[in-house]
Amino acid sequence: MIIELNGDRVELADDARVADAVARAGGDRGPRGVAVAVDGEVVPRAAWERLKLREDQKVEVVGAIQGG
Amino acid sequence: MAAFELGGRSWRSRLIVGTGGFRSLEQMEVALRASGTEIVTVALRRVDPLAQGSVLEVIDRLGVFALPNTAGCYTARDAVRTARLARDAFETDWVKLEVIGDDRTLLPDAVELVDAAETLVDEGFTVLPYANDDPILARRLEDAGCAAVMPLGSPIGSGAGIRNPYNIRIIVEQAKVPVILDAGVGTASDAALAMELGCDGVLLASSVSRAEDPERMATAMRKAVESGFEARRAGRIPRRLHARASTPEDGVPELG
Repeated sequence: MIIELNGDRVELADDARVADAVARAGGDRGPRGVAVAVDGEVVPRAAWERLKLREDQKVEVVGAIQGG
Repeated sequence: MAAFELGGRSWRSRLIVGTGGFRSLEQMEVALRASGTEIVTVALRRVDPLAQGSVLEVIDRLGVFALPNTAGCYTARDAVRTARLARDAFETDWVKLEVIGDDRTLLPDAVELVDAAETLVDEGFTVLPYANDDPILARRLEDAGCAAVMPLGSPIGSGAGIRNPYNIRIIVEQAKVPVILDAGVGTASDAALAMELGCDGVLLASSVSRAEDPERMATAMRKAVESGFEARRAGRIPRRLHARASTPEDGVPELG
């Protein structure tokens, strides 16, 4: 399936979960400091492995940077 | 310095430092250590798989608290969503709420800011709002349940110091929550002045991160916040138009 991941259209497996999108975005390096929104709504870390993605969903994988 | 009560916790340092603007993580780490800060702000952006090193690694090594910031948000909706993301990413309810009106001045959009603050307080966040130096806005934010009010001295990164010290004094006078001067500090005397005006703390970033010698400026800021704190409580002499001799007039010899 095709989803929009951090602004790019990418192809993931048809049964891809949120965790797969996180890994694809390079956000799976540590146990904290990363969060995910699907179509604008936060998906808690505890649900990443469980929640399946659907075609055309907009996924944003964000992490901490210098700033603020 | 007396302990700083903020957000239900007790802190030793009254200086909060942003992580933005440092030329390298190494420089950032050295400067943050020199500042004595216990709270540093971080922003949230799309993950970059090519990034080397991580700001969080430095923060963990220093043992300081990472305060997420909704930097880059122009609407209450975006700020609220960013805060929720930050809550999940950092496992904290604390958020520095920044909702700006335009990218040239980076001045807060008061209307969106109050809206976002009300929503986030309702959702259980400990909200520290970056605000204009407007006493009415400060009162609104306090009434909304924010844990502090953070009026700017002047625009972010401008180094222009405290443009309206009178408004800062009014905000300090009426606030029942901590007042933290946030934005526009340029050098140590600005930070000291903020504390002399009665602020409970100072939040700064560019004045340290973009200084030629960030570690040295961080040390200066630490001392400035402490000295301003002490001076405020030392009962200064009033400003006079005329002189007041410090040497007694009696006993002057006649030598002519």
